[in-house]
Amino acid sequence: MTGTLVDAPAVVVRGVTKTFGTHDVLSDLDLTVGRGEFVALLGASGSGKTTLLRILLGLEGTTRGDVFVPEVRTTVFQEPRLVVSMKVWRNVVIGQPRQLSTRERAVAALREVGLEGHADAWPGTLSGGEAQRVALARALVREPQLLLLDEPFAALDALTRLKMQALVADLWARHKPGVLLVTHDVEEAVLLADRVFVLKEGRISLNIAVNLPRPRRVGGEEFDALRDRFLSELGVQQPH
Amino acid sequence: MFEAPSDAPPNGLFRPVVDQTRQRSRPATLALRALLPAAIFGLWWGLTGTGVIPGTELASPSATWSAFVTLLLHQDLLGDVGISARRAAFGLLIGGGVGLILGVIVGLFALGEEIFDSSLQMFRTLPFPALIFLFIVWFGIGEKAKVLLIALACLTPMYLNVSNGVRNVDRRVVEAARTFGLRGWGLVRKVILPLALPSILNGLRFAAGISIVALVFAETIAANLGIGYLVTQASSLLQVPTLVVCIIIYALLGLTADVLVRILERFSMPWRRHLAVR
Repeated sequence: MTGTLVDAPAVVVRGVTKTFGTHDVLSDLDLTVGRGEFVALLGASGSGKTTLLRILLGLEGTTRGDVFVPEVRTTVFQEPRLVVSMKVWRNVVIGQPRQLSTRERAVAALREVGLEGHADAWPGTLSGGEAQRVALARALVREPQLLLLDEPFAALDALTRLKMQALVADLWARHKPGVLLVTHDVEEAVLLADRVFVLKEGRISLNIAVNLPRPRRVGGEEFDALRDRFLSELGVQQPH
Repeated sequence: MFEAPSDAPPNGLFRPVVDQTRQRSRPATLALRALLPAAIFGLWWGLTGTGVIPGTELASPSATWSAFVTLLLHQDLLGDVGISARRAAFGLLIGGGVGLILGVIVGLFALGEEIFDSSLQMFRTLPFPALIFLFIVWFGIGEKAKVLLIALACLTPMYLNVSNGVRNVDRRVVEAARTFGLRGWGLVRKVILPLALPSILNGLRFAAGISIVALVFAETIAANLGIGYLVTQASSLLQVPTLVVCIIIYALLGLTADVLVRILERFSMPWRRHLAVR
């Protein structure tokens, strides 16, 4: 691990165990995300990815172990989770102190996701991709040091997903928050992340830095090799 | 490399504050529920026992208790409670049943809404106590007038909640069930009613509460049996302790009705247990 990551981390997880009933969802897990680093966490369903994210958000406690996060951290869930009774721009600045919940700030964030024209729309009138972009604007307006993404593209159609991935890569390059992206989409992880962790049976079973040049695109020899490596770690064998 | 002590937070980082709703133990929950009633009882005892409030205005707990024992032993109190509970239950059954049927019809069919809704909305705003005398003229002073008055009072809360609940059943699920061949009564019974159950039970809860209120009105006007009869009698004889006993019994009847509906709520919707916030 490089020195900078230890000096200025955005997430530190030390020996975290989380038990539900008698089952250890996370067992003695260690993980570090550097400031400004884009980390993807891959895992099959039920591997504890979402549990880890919920712990980092403070939605759940740990059974054992320590978790450290920066003060400003935000999230995009799998679904947009907008408040349907608020106009789009009010959703973006929801929960912000009064002097910060201005329309200007909301519209500026919406402009970054290409939705400044929808500031006065009701969330119910948006498409799935648009709503998820509003959720992204809501996360960005807080200028987070850590952005937690919980399979944010999983519910979108394939074309919208590609656009959203490009948008997230672009926004990350501009603002450089630490990102922890939880996903089961291997290509997405390789496309976006500096480093990919594979979570298996409550532990990190694989930790690989992705050194492909940006902006990236799916495919290519190196890309495919990485993808196959992660897939086989997740128990999916590719035909040769 | 220098290793910081392993429990120290790294530069600029914090432990996330976990806002967990703590699970209270069952005894603690029960104690919390009993807190306010106990405080009210204590206040009652304190004010009446010390004579701050004279016994002619509000009976003390001990006077109330002895009135209760006298009623129980010498005046067939249980029989009266039984009669009153039966009136409320029948009224609730009839009014709630009609409200349920009308609610389903209006919730399902635009035609039903056009025919019934405006009349029922008008009906809803009638203060039912004003109808007591008409009911006596029409149905006499027997059981019929009382039960029908209670039924009338229970009808509208049930109707409003059911029609709203049925109207808000997920149309996409209904559409899917239809394409798989479920129609008519089967569709109502297997899909629409279960999905509207939260609203239906909410309506039942309101109706159960109203049934006790209507019971009080119905019984106070013309009765020779039941709690209302005791109230009338005690009022004319200025027996304050007996009045307090009757009021407590009415309160307990209301509470019982509410608890029954809540139990029903808990056990009739196993599929909702993991959905609701609490």
